[in-house]
Amino acid sequence: MINQIIDWLTDPAHWSGTEGIVHRLVQHLEYSAISLVIAALIALPLGMYIGHTGKGTFLIAGIANSFRALPSLGLLTLIVLVMSGSLPFSIAYLLPTVIVLVLLAIPPILTNTYAGIQNVDAEARDAAYGMGMTGGQVLTQVETPCALPLIISGIRSAALQIIATATVAAYVSLGGLGRFVIDGLAQQDFPQMAAGAVLVAVLALLVDLVLIAVQRFVVSRGLTGRYARTTASSDVIEAESVNTLSTAR
Amino acid sequence: MIVSAISVRLKHMIRFDGVSKQYPDGTKAVDELTLEAPTGQITVLVGPSGCGKTTSLRMINRMIEPTGGRILIDDRDTASMNAAELRRGIGYVIQHAGLFPHRTILDNVTTVPKLLGWDKKQARDRARELLDRVGLSSELVDRYPGQLSGGQQQRVGVARALAADPPVMLMDEPFSAVDPIVRHQLQDEFLRLQDELGKTIVFVTHDIDEAIKLGDQVAVLRVGGHLAQLAAPADLLARPVDDFVADFVGRDRGYRALGFARSGEIPVHAEETVRLGSEVSVDGGSADRWVLAVDSDGRPAGWVDRASSDDTGPAEGSRLHRGGTTAKQDGTLREALDAALSSPSSRGVIVDADGRLLGTVTAQEVLDLIEARRSDARSGAGAGSGTG
Repeated sequence: MINQIIDWLTDPAHWSGTEGIVHRLVQHLEYSAISLVIAALIALPLGMYIGHTGKGTFLIAGIANSFRALPSLGLLTLIVLVMSGSLPFSIAYLLPTVIVLVLLAIPPILTNTYAGIQNVDAEARDAAYGMGMTGGQVLTQVETPCALPLIISGIRSAALQIIATATVAAYVSLGGLGRFVIDGLAQQDFPQMAAGAVLVAVLALLVDLVLIAVQRFVVSRGLTGRYARTTASSDVIEAESVNTLSTAR
Repeated sequence: MIVSAISVRLKHMIRFDGVSKQYPDGTKAVDELTLEAPTGQITVLVGPSGCGKTTSLRMINRMIEPTGGRILIDDRDTASMNAAELRRGIGYVIQHAGLFPHRTILDNVTTVPKLLGWDKKQARDRARELLDRVGLSSELVDRYPGQLSGGQQQRVGVARALAADPPVMLMDEPFSAVDPIVRHQLQDEFLRLQDELGKTIVFVTHDIDEAIKLGDQVAVLRVGGHLAQLAAPADLLARPVDDFVADFVGRDRGYRALGFARSGEIPVHAEETVRLGSEVSVDGGSADRWVLAVDSDGRPAGWVDRASSDDTGPAEGSRLHRGGTTAKQDGTLREALDAALSSPSSRGVIVDADGRLLGTVTAQEVLDLIEARRSDARSGAGAGSGTG
């Protein structure tokens, strides 16, 4: 079985053309990227607003958690049925797919952004206001940078879920890596089906690695405890502070 | 305005005028507080928890809005000013420092200058100068707060508050989260810094010893936000207005008050000495069994008991009794009395500014001096009242 999957994946014929792996991969990334960006555009500002003002926390518990419980496939079918009569063909299937993926991605980004902002050290926030920062300055210069580790981990888990779930696009006759899974199932071509699943998993991993790299780049070293190399005499202090950081979180 | 540019030096930079803070549920945190913080001096607000001291402090920079009365800074009603702009002109130091964990030490200190739109280089130069001034080595400037000890963080907090050179500083229990040794160090350095800078400071603490050590004037608040007494530390110790203040000021206040009384030129007796390391003569004709050992520079090293039978030999090592404290001649009466009380010979050692022996005094002589001062004070009563 493993050999059959490897054979399928290593067959050059499967990689090229409009039904090849490369094309499907690009489609899959397209759906995922569009959905992730839209979800982030909704969930980041909302999470920042709720975390900063403390207003609307019911949204976190209510909307975010109920979204998580939505069955993606059922929802997709429903939206397609509702929309298919009134929209041109291409949009009638793409839009429902994106809506489903966006709804899936909002909860992790929203809750993590809210929690990240809200958990910023109360004394740092107090000092920020006390030194004369405006609310907006506190949010952008103190709260958001300090919340970045949690915000990015929310985006990472949203990206993973989107990439895994974007396979449903194929269910409504769109492309993406889901094609191999759906078609493989229909044609009883199990190596193709399994190869499709493997490709989705590998893509998810690669995207996560890219996001980890982004995280390393944008999150302050002061928050992660990965301080720049210092002189040997300060190593003890450094180790202590790393410990306090990890217990504090 | 031209008038404000000339900047008339006011006697009281901060004034509380019948200030109250009442919460919606009816509890009063501060009740009709009227208080003045003299320009260039340290005013300490002290009291038990729930006395409204922190609330009062935070109303000055409008972190909490008063529900009644006015607070004036430089004769301007703070309620009429933009809150963020007001705060940029007031240094703010809090417990645990509240440093920004994602910014380096240098970037933490340049926060307010950057908010005020200073040139970046100017802000950084200023920050380096201040970090040096609060005793942080220059190799720490590129570190993050998480890499510093609590005491170091608090120094950064003070430097950050001073960055834009505000005339007013608000300090909310800044030294209470560090261990006692570091706390005393920070307090001493804070006083030294204040000697150089002369800021108008309002300082909140729950620790009466800290209040007495740091304050030019001390405001004791009682629960519910009432001002119980406002006085210079020495007056507070000498004349608590009621039982609450007396209790709060605590025990030993008579003795502690001596810490504020300069001893002046205490008349001393010449003391027989023996050079450190030389033989002690067992001189039966001498008036006293105790003889003071001094080093080659004339600094006292300890007392030698020449009547001791099991302890003979030169005046050094274990033959020296080191229990006695020494008092500087221009020090306080508390030091002088303690020197006498702690001395095995009952004679307190008085030294000059370089630590060289001047002579000794007895406890009785110090007490006589204290008594003489007290009768002077009684005959001149009223002349010395008011804030110091």
